[in-house]
Amino acid sequence: MIKDLVQSAIDEESKPYWDGLKNEKLFIQYCDDCQQYIFYPRTICPHCFSEKIRWQESCGNGKIYSYTVVHQAFGPFKSEAPFVVGIIELDEGVRMMSRILGDKDQIAIDQEVSVVFQEVENDLVLPYFQVKEL
Amino acid sequence: MKSDRIAAIVGVAESDLGKTPGKNVLQLQAQAAKLALEDAGLTKNDIDAVFTAGNWAWAPNLMLAEYLGIQPKYTDSTNIGGSSFEAHVGHAVAGIKAGLFEVALITYGSTNKTNPSNSMFKSPLTAQYELPYGLPTPVGAYALAAMRHMHQFGTTSEQLAEIAVATRKWAALNEKAYMREPIAIEDVLNSRKIADPLHLLDCCLVTDGGGAVIVASSNVASKLNKKPVWILGHGESHSHNTIANMPDLTVTSAVESGKRAFEMAGISHDEIDVAEIYDSFTITVLLTLEALGFCKPGEGGAFVSGQRTAPGGDFPMNTNGGGLSYCHPGMYGIFLLIEAVRQLRGECSSRQVENAKLALVHGTGGVLSSTSTVILGGD
Repeated sequence: MIKDLVQSAIDEESKPYWDGLKNEKLFIQYCDDCQQYIFYPRTICPHCFSEKIRWQESCGNGKIYSYTVVHQAFGPFKSEAPFVVGIIELDEGVRMMSRILGDKDQIAIDQEVSVVFQEVENDLVLPYFQVKEL
Repeated sequence: MKSDRIAAIVGVAESDLGKTPGKNVLQLQAQAAKLALEDAGLTKNDIDAVFTAGNWAWAPNLMLAEYLGIQPKYTDSTNIGGSSFEAHVGHAVAGIKAGLFEVALITYGSTNKTNPSNSMFKSPLTAQYELPYGLPTPVGAYALAAMRHMHQFGTTSEQLAEIAVATRKWAALNEKAYMREPIAIEDVLNSRKIADPLHLLDCCLVTDGGGAVIVASSNVASKLNKKPVWILGHGESHSHNTIANMPDLTVTSAVESGKRAFEMAGISHDEIDVAEIYDSFTITVLLTLEALGFCKPGEGGAFVSGQRTAPGGDFPMNTNGGGLSYCHPGMYGIFLLIEAVRQLRGECSSRQVENAKLALVHGTGGVLSSTSTVILGGD
């Protein structure tokens, strides 16, 4: 179960992020003091240590910073291989890990992607990214 | 050379390596510790500081010291992954300089091959944003870095393979190495893909094994039979924990740890005779060579081409066969130190680098997360 991997870690700090995904919204954070975006969710700004942090919905667009085709996977992912995991740089500037969907020939570093909300298990929605049509 | 001769490595040893069924992590460390003390000409009673790291206990130092029957007056279980032991060396020098202790025992042991359950640790706290995507750890993270390096600089799979092939040639000269059969670049490229662009032979071994290193003050070191190997410089740093948070996938914190180690030692890159550089994956080595300043960013591929790091090449590196071919029980850093000391003592017979006087040892931990650099010099 993929959910087992994260469930024990979900707490008051991360719950708004996970709840947002269930409503097909990708929430990142913004620091009102230093005016920089933050991911993953925190209660203190890693740039300036301010606590004036608010949740903000991401535009969901970005580009591929790097990716790999996973041929040998483990645990609940074993049967899914090969699949593509990448680091996405959102237009807001923050990076996050995700799956990349789309024609494998079109997956490349700097390729533009946009978020899609994937229910991978009952009650677990993840932000995946889809390569934009060229 | 400006470094003060505060402390030296005076004893090193491995435990049984490879597959060690029937031995647990404490047995392996005890075996290595006993052999390292014999190597140094010291006894258990001389140890007054204990350093270890691993995921095999809630408080590894407590378990280890109790098992060995040691009551230390200084203890340090800094765990920054595979580079922990280079950090321990640095911390031991600092402690000795401060007058806190005279003789430190540094150990590691793991049964990753035959009993991985006692080497595993699970804590998803900040990993909750990465775990559900199925990236195999750590290889997938290193693959992301390799892909980015190829994109940015045109680095090729052949260039990465050069590292694996050269390292295997050193392993062929080391009877303790787990994999000794020669391999060619084509063998690396034709080995099964694990996570693009990394193949099976771009990846380190999974073995059992333990190691021990004894660090002593200059006062103690000068009275022993074997020539001390002086710790001339050290530096450490870490830049991230989860791979998506690495500031630049092609630049490791070796930029910082290496700079400080060179500055402290007061030597230049071209004075290094032998380099022992953490090779969890071929890309680990390539990124490290660039970050340490042996070549410019993006030039690592060219630097390792033409079997430059192999026996007979002009940049002898990973002379024991490395994590790629000699052994890799999960946190490999202690074995880099052991080999560097043996090279500087001239104890390496057929794989001895001629006239080796200065060695660079560099550990990497986590997913390119932590780095620790040590520069050692023979007496």
